[in-house]
Amino acid sequence: MPCIVAPMSIAQTFLGLLEGSPRHGYELKRLYDERFGQSRPLHYGQVYATLARLLKGGLIQVDGVEPGAGPERKRYAITAAGVTDVERWLNQPEKPDTYLQNTLYTKVVLSLLTGRNAADILDIQRAEHLRVMRELTRRKTTGDLADQLICDFALFHLEADLRWLEQTAARLDQLAATLRTPASRPDGNVP
Amino acid sequence: MTHPTTDDTDRPLLAATGLRKNYGATPALDGATLHVRAGEIVAVMGSSGSGKSTLLHCLAGIVQPDAGEVRYRGRTLSTMSDAERSALRRTDFGFVFQFGQLVPELTCLENVALPLRLSGVRRREAEQRAARWLARLEVSDVAGKRPGEVSGGQGQRVAVARALVTTPRVVFADEPTGALDSLNGEQVMRLLTEAARSTGAAVVLVTHEPRVAAYADREVVVRDGRTREILLAER
Ligand SMILES: Nc1ncnc2c1ncn2[C@@H]1O[C@H](COP(=O)(O)OP(=O)(O)OP(=O)(O)O)[C@@H](O)[C@H]1O
Ligand SMILES: [Mg+2]
Repeated sequence: MPCIVAPMSIAQTFLGLLEGSPRHGYELKRLYDERFGQSRPLHYGQVYATLARLLKGGLIQVDGVEPGAGPERKRYAITAAGVTDVERWLNQPEKPDTYLQNTLYTKVVLSLLTGRNAADILDIQRAEHLRVMRELTRRKTTGDLADQLICDFALFHLEADLRWLEQTAARLDQLAATLRTPASRPDGNVP
Repeated sequence: MTHPTTDDTDRPLLAATGLRKNYGATPALDGATLHVRAGEIVAVMGSSGSGKSTLLHCLAGIVQPDAGEVRYRGRTLSTMSDAERSALRRTDFGFVFQFGQLVPELTCLENVALPLRLSGVRRREAEQRAARWLARLEVSDVAGKRPGEVSGGQGQRVAVARALVTTPRVVFADEPTGALDSLNGEQVMRLLTEAARSTGAAVVLVTHEPRVAAYADREVVVRDGRTREILLAER
């Protein structure tokens, strides 16, 4: 399963989790793993490195320390700057991934150039995509709402890939024909 | 309620081999082969016009192929009489189409009870069984309404109930979610596959939507009237 929170947003996710109430590092880890980590739980190293960065940036502060030593004794609270930061992050759209560097496209072109069967390559990929989609669907139908939404996100993306595979399969002859003519210049420098 | 599958595990329940079908000069099927085992859910995918519906109609004995044969539990459909084939469709097969195809004059309950009535089940019992299927499909509330008075998603769930009420061994579903939005489509697929698995019915599911096909156990792709099954090495 893909990790649904990109590593760079662990910090903001922690801030969001701290907005409700101050928490210890291990509580943040548990909440994060439960709600967002899926099959990729955080390491404690990641947790405390993130908290150290947030502290340094003034986005959180130590709210209380229990007797003893070590980071696990500390409880953290969000600061006003932290609230501003998480607010800004939530309202900022994510950069749509355009996947213009597409490994599959490269494989298709290379197999055509080398006289291999590109349709087979597309079919094998299609079967693999559907296998993963079946797994996600099984997980979705037995899971709770969170599972459903997370699996749906992946399923819709895989479905988009499949549409591309299908369209490309339908245009292989056309693509093969353009590859037989010398590479034209895509930058408009055509006489 | 469930069908014993032990005697069917070795040979397929439904086996179509080398099917060819032309409509005038148009080849709709050009050597299609598909085996369906008891209780399994097979998605038939492929682009528009590739021959999916024609394949399904041949499998169900609705259309006669020009060449090739379809065997159901070892019997060749083309050697049966028309009466035998219709009897088979009534007792062993269930159908769900893209637009429910419910009888507009009947209530939803009567629609679901209809296949039982046609098989000679008395009204009271037929309607009791129909009501249980409407409940399983989570549409008890539309029992007294006519098809024109329910939403597309509700209508499709009524159609699934009607397809399963006779506990068929095979359900043929041609784009059962084609007219629904994705949320309603998923609900229909979840209920259809749950019901089929619990009664042991096999499902031949024609769809061009990958998310719908993902409810099946495996998929077969139809291209230009030919089937293609892509088997990945076990990993
Ligand atoms: N009754 C018919 N009369 C004439 N031609 C037909 C008939 N049924 C199907 N065809 C033709 O046979 C071919 C296969 O049609 P079919 O309906 O099986 O495709 P399909 O894969 O189900 O397409 P779709 O996804 O659009 O439903 C098409 O070219 C179609 O035009
Ligand atoms: Mg069709």
